[in-house]
Amino acid sequence: MAVGLPENIFITKLDAAANWARSNSLWPMPFATACCGIELMATAASRHDLARFGAEVMRFSPRQCDLLIVAGRVVMKMLPVLQRIWLQMPEPKWCISMGACACSGGVFDTYAVVQGVDRFIPVDMYVPGCPPRPEQLLAAVIEMQAKVRRTGTVMGREFAIRDTPVGPTPFDMDERYRIQDANLVQLGGFSAAATGTALKGPANHG
Amino acid sequence: MVELSVLQERFGSGITEHVFRDNRRVDVPAAVLFDVLSGLKTDFGFSVLIDLTAVDWLEYEGATDRFTVVYLLLNMDSGERLTVQTALNLPNPTLTSVYSLWKAADWMEREVFDMFGITFTGHPDLRRILMPEEFDAFPLRKDYPLKGRGERHNFPVITRSGS
Ligand code: SF4
Repeated sequence: MAVGLPENIFITKLDAAANWARSNSLWPMPFATACCGIELMATAASRHDLARFGAEVMRFSPRQCDLLIVAGRVVMKMLPVLQRIWLQMPEPKWCISMGACACSGGVFDTYAVVQGVDRFIPVDMYVPGCPPRPEQLLAAVIEMQAKVRRTGTVMGREFAIRDTPVGPTPFDMDERYRIQDANLVQLGGFSAAATGTALKGPANHG
Repeated sequence: MVELSVLQERFGSGITEHVFRDNRRVDVPAAVLFDVLSGLKTDFGFSVLIDLTAVDWLEYEGATDRFTVVYLLLNMDSGERLTVQTALNLPNPTLTSVYSLWKAADWMEREVFDMFGITFTGHPDLRRILMPEEFDAFPLRKDYPLKGRGERHNFPVITRSGS
């Protein structure tokens, strides 16, 4: 070669080298809180074999992981735990939100269930389905690798510019309506006169 | 079978019973509830508290009381089961804890307290069991909206650059 490189040496960009290493050894943190977790286990088991894509090293300590997989619904008691786990993971780190519940609350539109983890932690990849098939999660992991290769930088500059929340604002318009209704309802007490007539449940704004 | 007349004779005529399908329920005034339950345990052999839960009757047609607290008892020797109910009203729905009779009541009373706001005096550790400590409503009360009052979204938002 013209530049006279010795054999076994090739030239690349630092970013590309880092991305190549990072994307092929994602270490997932399995945050499996519900039924989606079973499918996550199936993905890691021999039939679907997450190891084919270099992401089989599930660690239960966030300090050793760089890919948070939120599999299952997250309730308001669990959300601080999830946030803490996310903050404990070392950089660079990514997050996959797996299943309808983690992405949007799914069918559990109740007082205790967070309506999508992306309102409170940054999410890189959403996997739809209830539960998603292991193939879908595999596709997400492959897609995640592609994203790391595409956008990754060795110093994590692509993270620094993401300074807005990815999800909808926590208190959207519907939420405000409901809080308003709730305050109206709170004024009524229980009495025989109120039964069935004066005191109605909150109007449903969706 | 525990006859109603036996209970009435011992604990007063305020005790009644009614049957729904094949299910017999004994209605006990809250004031004598603890005496009745401890009598049922010591003298009638109801050694197991199967369940302890509550019902909110707000807006229910024909309901006269706000809450019903339900005790499901089992006699392990005869296999007899008994449902004991008592009615409670706002403000301050309070009962005596049956923790001293059945240890099983520990978490059940905490759950009823957490979900309905019914307090049990004499309970050794009456804290919320399901909801977070700082939660200040009682979600299974019928005047609590299904989707909550915004508690589920009252958290700090972590952005990618900030974490
Ligand atoms: S999306 Fe479906 S399978 Fe996944 S946690 Fe929710 S209910 Fe369970």
